[in-house]
Amino acid sequence: MRLSKKTEIMVGIFVLLGAISVILLALNVSNLSNFSAEKTYQIKAYFDNIGGLRTRAKVSMSGVKIGRVSHITYHPERGQAEVTLTLNPKFKLSTDTQASIYTAGLLGEQYISLEPGAEDDVLTTGNIITLTQSAMVLEEIIGKVMVNLTSK
Amino acid sequence: MILDWLQNMGKSSLNFFRKIGQFSLFLFHLLSGLNYLFFRPRLLIKEIYSVGVLSLLIIIFSGLFVGMVLSLLGYVTLVDFGAEGSLGVLVSLSLVRELGPVLTALLFSGRAGSALTAEIGLMKATEQLASMEMMAVDPMKRIIAPRFIAGIFSLPILTAIFILVGIYSSFLVGSLWLGVDEGSFWSQMQSKVEFQHDLVNGFIKSFVFGIVVTGIAVFQGYTATPTSAGVSEATTRSVVHSALAILGLDFILTSIMFGL
Repeated sequence: MRLSKKTEIMVGIFVLLGAISVILLALNVSNLSNFSAEKTYQIKAYFDNIGGLRTRAKVSMSGVKIGRVSHITYHPERGQAEVTLTLNPKFKLSTDTQASIYTAGLLGEQYISLEPGAEDDVLTTGNIITLTQSAMVLEEIIGKVMVNLTSK
Repeated sequence: MILDWLQNMGKSSLNFFRKIGQFSLFLFHLLSGLNYLFFRPRLLIKEIYSVGVLSLLIIIFSGLFVGMVLSLLGYVTLVDFGAEGSLGVLVSLSLVRELGPVLTALLFSGRAGSALTAEIGLMKATEQLASMEMMAVDPMKRIIAPRFIAGIFSLPILTAIFILVGIYSSFLVGSLWLGVDEGSFWSQMQSKVEFQHDLVNGFIKSFVFGIVVTGIAVFQGYTATPTSAGVSEATTRSVVHSALAILGLDFILTSIMFGL
């Protein structure tokens, strides 16, 4: 079967357009250019209360995004929530790093903020952040205020 | 009276199961004839031209307008909360996850699926398929398979173009007309849209829709009653069934992919 040259060229252009669109979407729209293809390392942190933290929430250091929350589960022996952080290996954390759960803005989503420590040793895959600060839950604060007010 | 009613119900459910069986046999026959295409790739190129390339114009224009409308619509709501910087996130997530795959598939079933059904149905009505069988050419391999594969191949490409055009047109409306900050538009979008979770799932959706839409279209054409009324009925059924299947499947896929 003979096809006209124009048909074949048009199909070629069509396939090329599709490939260009996928590449542009991957690089310009999604976060592929950040670090999803690079190597990562996982560390764990235990919190008494994680509030409304979700998987894929931001992990930041001094406000700079350095990773994501990859897994959240309940640890029955410790009686705490176990949060797995997936971090970019470019950033090294000392063993006495402190992790806190904050809220972005007044009503925004919750994220984990890390404060650097002073130790020389760095955390590697499987290590645990021991210094943690739980999420601020509005009902608890209101409860404390109420107790203070009524005890006077 | 009751017996009549029961008989009707039994008849329609038997009909339903017969249709499902017929469709599975059709699909099996179709898939077993696919290797033929490796020896005749030109059949495929011709079909990609008529199914994919000729649908390009309607896809680009629809993407353009859908993106611009989304931008206007989202801005009105977001600006009340001072969150108009999130316009890019709103537009890109809704396009990548839902609107891109679904709208492209709906347009594709109207533009290309109906044409496939009518073409194959007319071939059957004018006994072209029967005469091919007389010449020991399997119409399943020669006619149906290339159209099926061309549809599956074209729909994800059209979806990618639709999403890209939509996002860029919403960016133009947002930044030039509504005055949304250019930097926050792109940077918030990039931090929220994930390659694996959003883009890849969107393309899986579009691939599934491609199989469903072209599968229904060629099946309706192949089983059409070989009269002019039968072909018109089959074309209508092809579009209606595809639209229902797309929307129903979209709900199931979304609840699996993005539901909690």
